[in-house]
Amino acid sequence: MAVRPASLARPAPVAGRPFTLRGLLEREGVFSWLMLGPGVAFLLAFVAYPFFYGISLSLQDRPVTRPGVFVGLANFAALTHDAVFWQVTRNTFVYTIVTTILKLVGGMALALVMNQTFRGKNLARAFVLLPFIVPTVLSTIAWMWILDPTFSVVNWLLVHGGVITSGFSWLGNASLAMVSIIVVNTWRGVPFYGITLLAGLQTISPDLHEAAAIDGASARQRFVYVTLPILKPVVIIVTMFSVIFTFSDFQLVYALTNGGPANATNIFAIYAFNLGMLGGQLGLGAAVALSMLPALALLIVALTLYLRRD
Amino acid sequence: MVGGRGLGLRTRRLYLPLGFFLVATLFPFYWMFVTSIKPNRELYNAKIMPLVVHQPTLQHYVDLLSQTNFLTWTYNTMLVAVVTTLVSLVLGTMMAYPLARLRFPGAAVIAIGVAATYLVPQPLLFIPMSDVINRLGLGNTLTAVMLTYPTLLIPFCAWLLMGYFKSVPRELEEAARIDGASRFQAMTRVVLPLCTPGLLSAGIFAFTLAQNEFLYALIFLTTSEVRTVPVGAIAELIRGDVFYWGQLMAAALLGSVPVAVVYSFFVEYYVAGLTAGSVKN
Repeated sequence: MAVRPASLARPAPVAGRPFTLRGLLEREGVFSWLMLGPGVAFLLAFVAYPFFYGISLSLQDRPVTRPGVFVGLANFAALTHDAVFWQVTRNTFVYTIVTTILKLVGGMALALVMNQTFRGKNLARAFVLLPFIVPTVLSTIAWMWILDPTFSVVNWLLVHGGVITSGFSWLGNASLAMVSIIVVNTWRGVPFYGITLLAGLQTISPDLHEAAAIDGASARQRFVYVTLPILKPVVIIVTMFSVIFTFSDFQLVYALTNGGPANATNIFAIYAFNLGMLGGQLGLGAAVALSMLPALALLIVALTLYLRRD
Repeated sequence: MVGGRGLGLRTRRLYLPLGFFLVATLFPFYWMFVTSIKPNRELYNAKIMPLVVHQPTLQHYVDLLSQTNFLTWTYNTMLVAVVTTLVSLVLGTMMAYPLARLRFPGAAVIAIGVAATYLVPQPLLFIPMSDVINRLGLGNTLTAVMLTYPTLLIPFCAWLLMGYFKSVPRELEEAARIDGASRFQAMTRVVLPLCTPGLLSAGIFAFTLAQNEFLYALIFLTTSEVRTVPVGAIAELIRGDVFYWGQLMAAALLGSVPVAVVYSFFVEYYVAGLTAGSVKN
């Protein structure tokens, strides 16, 4: 670090050398900030400002049509007495924890299957990733129809397979609705885990496995003592990343159940939307959204630091 | 390696689980397709075996294209996705380059800021954002989403490209600088061409993210003429309690086509973009 390689290429400033615009632009700091300026200004205006403005909104009684009145923590105090809010909190945690476990296990299985050599592997990988790349709302509409109360194909298969005598109301029953959003989220998320973990698996040298096999390690032992330790950073990053975006999920649940029936699948983002956008109570809605912040901030800080480790 | 161990093991370890994953993954798409070409009398008759089509019809596609604004929505979606992807690529590149290759005061703060911004989910911001957009007088315009999507895409592009820019050997750039190239020329003529795969990955990933975006589009685009496909399908093809399933499935399928086509040509770049953050080297 003592020598700055980039400065080698720069002509050393000579005393009395006339000041030129080009000379100024070639200075590392000036050039860097000129390049960064537009992006930083944009992100300050449309990410940082809304973020802090959201905090200020959450401290106001602010109907959408009138100027806000500062009310301190009244919105948050109101939420602590709101039974729906606590149900929303519980639902969000259940949804996040269960889907994360399922996606991690399913993704690991998918990665291990795909890490074998077989013909048509690239095609299989391309197909398997489809749920992740297709716009979520559009594939969720297909799931609405798959889980339709009257014409559900799942029910048809279960009834004609002799498993049940009459069809389930997948999206109409409180417990089954939660099962449904978990299943669809898992369906959409497993490819992301699978393909990322597969990329991690592919960085593991086959020599390691061979050496372990020669030393008498079983397939299971090789997975636990060779594969998992090397894969650990990838697993941590993928899981944290996915938890952040599942915890704050909106579109899948909005499209499939819109939080129903009777708030059984209502989660933070949906509740914030209903209060803030549909109910026009920006302050209360912002407070619900910010209730996600402690958990999210913890994850975001942890992941940011982890990503920047070297 | 596997050949001698017999078909049984191969079936249990590969063919069965792979078959399961493929069927589970692809069934909803098969179901979209089958539904979209079934006549209503088949769709809404619980006695008919639903897994195959008995009398295929293109009626739902004709209705979708003639009776709804689907083509307008498609145009809007593509326009917004292309514009926001290009804007985000340019601004993302401009941010990533100094962060990856130069030393200047404030670099660490900005780098952490970019990573954190990338991880801040939309639901944390959408309520204040709606007020900001209203105050700017941009409610119900495509400008509103063109302005807000880059908040998601720029940090992603910058983060992804930083990795690629770091991988270019310094000597190449220094050689160009000694030959008299300015910093800007060294970037555009030496580093960027070498990072074409990274630019492609970032562009394709940003394009699919923009096509997938729903929350801002739902909030900001309230009349049919400015809607994107996901919002149009949810808001207008589901009419009260009456569902037009044939049309809905046709819309879901057609709406997925642009992403799927781009994706099919650039799978490798997409996977590289997907895994870049988590898998080093």
